[in-house]
Amino acid sequence: MRTSLKRLFRKVAEINQRYREPRIEMSRAVRVALEFLRIYLLFLVCLMVYKFILLLN
Amino acid sequence: MNLFSKLYYKLRKMWKAIQLYLVIAGPGIVVMVADNDAGGITTYAATGAKFGYHLIWFLALLIPVAYYVQEMTVRLGAVTKRGLAEAIFDGFGATWGWYALIDLMLVNWLTLVTEFIGMTAALHIFGVPPWLTVTGVVTLMAIIVLNGRYWTWEKIALLFCALNLIYIPAAFMIHPSLADIIKGGLIPNFPGGFNGQLFFFLMANIGTTIAPWMLFFQQSAVVDKGMQEKDIPWGKFDTLLGSALTVVVAIFIVIVTGTTLNGTDIESAGQAAEHLMQTDRYVGTFMAIGLFDAGLLGAICISLASSWAFGEIFGWAHSLNQNIKQAPWFYASYFFALITAGLVVLIPGAPLVLITLFVQVIAVTLLPAALVFLILLLNDRHTMGDYCNSVWQNLTGGFIVAAIVILSSLYGISVMFPNLFE
Repeated sequence: MRTSLKRLFRKVAEINQRYREPRIEMSRAVRVALEFLRIYLLFLVCLMVYKFILLLN
Repeated sequence: MNLFSKLYYKLRKMWKAIQLYLVIAGPGIVVMVADNDAGGITTYAATGAKFGYHLIWFLALLIPVAYYVQEMTVRLGAVTKRGLAEAIFDGFGATWGWYALIDLMLVNWLTLVTEFIGMTAALHIFGVPPWLTVTGVVTLMAIIVLNGRYWTWEKIALLFCALNLIYIPAAFMIHPSLADIIKGGLIPNFPGGFNGQLFFFLMANIGTTIAPWMLFFQQSAVVDKGMQEKDIPWGKFDTLLGSALTVVVAIFIVIVTGTTLNGTDIESAGQAAEHLMQTDRYVGTFMAIGLFDAGLLGAICISLASSWAFGEIFGWAHSLNQNIKQAPWFYASYFFALITAGLVVLIPGAPLVLITLFVQVIAVTLLPAALVFLILLLNDRHTMGDYCNSVWQNLTGGFIVAAIVILSSLYGISVMFPNLFE
């Protein structure tokens, strides 16, 4: 189990290394817009989970 | 004589074109019809029962929406020869890549749960216990994927796609009024005005027609099938045909429940089938068979979308053309997702209907993130060359993203302030 986890983490680190540099260059504005979209969508999903719990109770 | 030879030549040319299409056909039709999965059937059945024919116009609008979104994956897959997960990692780096991959895994697994919910509900009508349905489905899917060829898998999937058309004769059997359908369904209207419930249903309907897994699935299927740049026009046609087919089936489901169960609060397609059994035994049976088929088709495709994406990123062998010895992790992740999703359905007292509707809405909420990446990748002229997005395609894609974000936001607002849209 421990060995498998170690191997998995090593693989993830290898992937992070392989894709460290994005090939497509994004302007700062695009990067900020994408980041905002990501946070906003996660916020909406949290709201939906909240509604789900409300309905469940 | 000249006329006959010309006619013969044209017929021969047409036959060759059909033969060529039959070779290329598959990913577009399979992904679009599989999109009418158990959650989809539940959503359409509930929409018809709740709003009658009133939202048919909205469903019809989803044909071009589904086509524009999915055809981008055909171009990207055929040109780059890599799946969407790998393309996102490569194009935008590991941080964005992990975000997209984890997002996909989560939504796919939740959707897979809804497929099992649909299949167990459908077979429950015929007296089959849920545990037997789950075991039977996992065994059947093991047989389908372990034959070791993409071609065979695709042809079996196409067979299940054909069974999805069962709702068309079902709709004719209940003799709906064509005048009512045209009058009530084809003129855009918002039944009951703007409120949280309407936003929820509009989002759920978008969520069943375009979902994140479809983007990843079709692109990986295009790559696994080995489609080339020259095949792109046929791939696009395949996608267009699939888009039309999926929405036509959806409209026929709305007609069935809109005619027979209008005004009834239907919570699931299984419940709709049970109600229909009382009015018309055959239509009820068709509804149940269709629901099972939809769940099975959805499960076949969604579990593959996850395994393909994992394989691309982790560098595992990830093709249906490889057997279990050659691609052990590909099949392991496939069966892990399948079995764990199946087990959720067997938890006593789990709120299965609520899960089904919410998964559709969460899927559509997370869709813009994957869509934005897809549009940006299609604008990379260096890689895409002549297959780069045109201004018109970018505008359409941008409009779809904006529309989904606005609808999700409206629903979010209605959750926070329930009385605002009363």
